[in-house]
Amino acid sequence: MYVAVKGGARAIAASHACLAEDRRGDPALPELSVAQISEQLRFAVDRVMAEGGLYDRELAALAVKQAAGDLVEAAFLLRAYRTTLPRFGYSLPVDTGAMLVQRRVSATYKDIPGGQMLGSTFDYTHRLLDFALLAEGGEVPAAPRDKVPIEPAPRVTELLAREDLMARDPDDGTDPTDLTRTPLTYPADRSARLQNLARGDEGFVLAMGYSTQRGYGGTHPFVGEVRFGSVTVELCPEELGFPIEIGDILLTECQMVNQFGGSRTEPPQFTRGYGLAFGHSERKAMGMALCDRALRAREFGEDITAPAQDEEFVLSHTDNVESSGFVQHLKLPHYVDFQSELELIRALRREAEARSAAALPEAAE
Amino acid sequence: MSGATTASGATTASGATTASGATTASGATTAAPDAAYNFAYLDEQTKRMLRRALLKAVAIPGYQVPFASREMPLAYGWGTGGMQVTAAILGSADVLKVIDQGADDTTNAVSIRAFFARTAGVATTESTAQATVIQTRHRIPEFPLREGQTIVYQVPQPEPLRKLEPRETETRRMHAMADYGVMHVKLYEDIARHGRVTLAYDYPVLVNRRHVMAPSPIPAFDNPKMHFSPALQLFGAGREKRLYAVPPFTSVESLAFEDHPFHPWKADCACDLCGATDSYLDEVIIDDSGGKLFVCSDTDHCATRRAEGHRGAKAGHALTAAE
Repeated sequence: MYVAVKGGARAIAASHACLAEDRRGDPALPELSVAQISEQLRFAVDRVMAEGGLYDRELAALAVKQAAGDLVEAAFLLRAYRTTLPRFGYSLPVDTGAMLVQRRVSATYKDIPGGQMLGSTFDYTHRLLDFALLAEGGEVPAAPRDKVPIEPAPRVTELLAREDLMARDPDDGTDPTDLTRTPLTYPADRSARLQNLARGDEGFVLAMGYSTQRGYGGTHPFVGEVRFGSVTVELCPEELGFPIEIGDILLTECQMVNQFGGSRTEPPQFTRGYGLAFGHSERKAMGMALCDRALRAREFGEDITAPAQDEEFVLSHTDNVESSGFVQHLKLPHYVDFQSELELIRALRREAEARSAAALPEAAE
Repeated sequence: MSGATTASGATTASGATTASGATTASGATTAAPDAAYNFAYLDEQTKRMLRRALLKAVAIPGYQVPFASREMPLAYGWGTGGMQVTAAILGSADVLKVIDQGADDTTNAVSIRAFFARTAGVATTESTAQATVIQTRHRIPEFPLREGQTIVYQVPQPEPLRKLEPRETETRRMHAMADYGVMHVKLYEDIARHGRVTLAYDYPVLVNRRHVMAPSPIPAFDNPKMHFSPALQLFGAGREKRLYAVPPFTSVESLAFEDHPFHPWKADCACDLCGATDSYLDEVIIDDSGGKLFVCSDTDHCATRRAEGHRGAKAGHALTAAE
C-alpha cells in the first residue's frame, strides 16, 4: 500500500508529541528531576559535559533528561546551546599540579610524593548485580574519608623530567588553536589534536587507543598517573590586569609514560601521552592519552603505519555530533538521487543485455 | 540579498504558517520573528565570519573556503551548512523558499522553512518565481532562476575528489595544482567498463574553467542549469566546514570527453500528473504489484502547470488529492 510522504508539518508536530510522551514514560511513576540526574547519574552528566564541550552540570543533566538518556543526543543538545553563548574571553591554563585530588593512582611507582589515593572507583568492585538496589530508600553508610589535609601532589611525569628521562613538552608561547572558532586543518598542531580528542566520542577515542595496545601502532604505555579532582579556573580580564578566580571544575587527567628509542638528535627517553576530560572519566582520559601519543609519531620520526597514528583518519572521525548526524541523515529522503541511480542501473543492464545478445550469435559461429 | 519579487508564478499558501502568520498580497507568508533569538538565529559575529568566507568563495568560483562551522539546532547532514549560509544572507525583506528533493512539503524542508519563519520572521513561499532566497537539497527548481535570486545548496560532501582520494591534505594540493587527472581517469574507466559515465548525481563540474566542484547530490539532469545561471549560487557544507560559490553568469561545465559528451539523464517519460516532458521525474510505487507513477520532483513546477490546465496521463490520481 502506498502512503504519501505529505503533510510534513502535521507529521512533525505529531512526532514531537509522541517523543514527549515517550520521554515521560509511565505517568504513574514520579518524574526524574534534573538534580537527581546530576547527583545519581554523574558519569552520564560528565560524559555529556566532556563531549558537549561545556562545563555546566545542571544544563548537562537537563540535556540527559531531555534526551531520555541518549548521551550522544544530550551532548548534541549541549553543543547546540553552547554555540549561541557569547565569548567573554579565555581562561588562564588550569594548573592540574595544584589539583585537590580525590583520586590519584600511578602504575609506574609504588609510592609517590603526595601518595596514591584510591578514592571512589569501580576498579576493585566485583561486577555482581546488587539486588539490594532494586529496593529504594536504602541507607548508604558514610564513607571513611581522611581528615588529614591533602598534600600537594606533584605530577609523576615531572619527577622523571627532572632526571632528564622524560622529554619536556615546552610551552612555545603560541596561543592554542580553538577548533570552535577555526576549522580543523591538516597537519594539525598538538593543541588542535588535544582539543579534538577531548571533545571526541568516548567510544571512538577508547577504541583507537585500544588499537595501539593490540599492535596497530604500539607505544609501550605505562600509566604515569591518573588523577581526578577539582582545579580552580582563573580569568584575567583586560581591564583588571590580574587574574580572578571564577570557579572550580572537576577534571580527570591522565599522563601516559611511553618508551622512545631516541633518534640521531635525541637520547633514548620517555615521552608523554596526555589525556584530559571534564568530570570523572578515566576511560576517556586514558584513551585520549594513548591516541595523543600515537598521533605524535611524526614529531618523533616514527613510521606512520597504523590508523591511530593517522591524524586525518583519527581527528576527522572523533566527533559524534558530526558522525551521528551524517550517518543518520541517510534516513532523510534521497529519492531524487536514488531515482538517478535507478535509471542508470536500468540503462546499464539494457546495454549489457544488448551486448551479450549481439555477442551470442558470433560465439555460435 | 532581498529584492523585488515578481508575481509571475502561481502562488500556493505556505504550509509553515505560524499562529501570527499573515498572508501578503503576493501570497508569501510572514510572521514576527521569535524575540528569544537573534535575527535568523546566528549571532552577528558568526554571520560576519560567514559573510567574509562567502565573499572569498564568490571571488574564487568553485574554491572550497574553510570556515568555522557552528553546531546548529539541526543535526549535521540535515542541512546545517545551507542553514548557516541562509542565516548569513537573509534580510528581513527576503522571501524564502526551501525544498528537499525538489518538494516544498517534505518533512525536512518544512522543518527548515519553519525554523527561519520563526527565527527571522521572513516571508516564505513555495513559488520559485517569488522567492529571493531558495535553500535546496538535491534539486535545482525547473523554473529558470533569474538575476537577483540566490540559491543555497546543502552539501554533504564538498570535495569532488573525496571518493578518489580520502586525504584532505592531498585533495587540497590537487586543487591548488589543478591536478584533476584522477577524476578524468575515473570517468575514462567508467566508459571503458560500462560504455558510459556511471555517475548519476553529484556529477562533477568544472567551474570558471579552473576548479572541479561538487554540485551537491543534485541529479546530473540539473547540472546544465548551473551554467551561466543569472542567480547567485552558494554552497554550504556544515559538517565538513566548507563554503563555496558560483557567481552569476559563470561557466559550469560537467566533466566529459569530446567523444563521450555529458548527457543529463532522466526517466524517459512524461509526468503522469501534469504531462511535463522536460522536468525531472520521481518514480512512485503505487501498489503492491509494482504499479508506478512518474511525477515531477519539483512540486511547485507540477502544481503550477496543473493550475495552468496541463494534464498528465493519470491526472487526478489520489496522489494529488493528498496535497
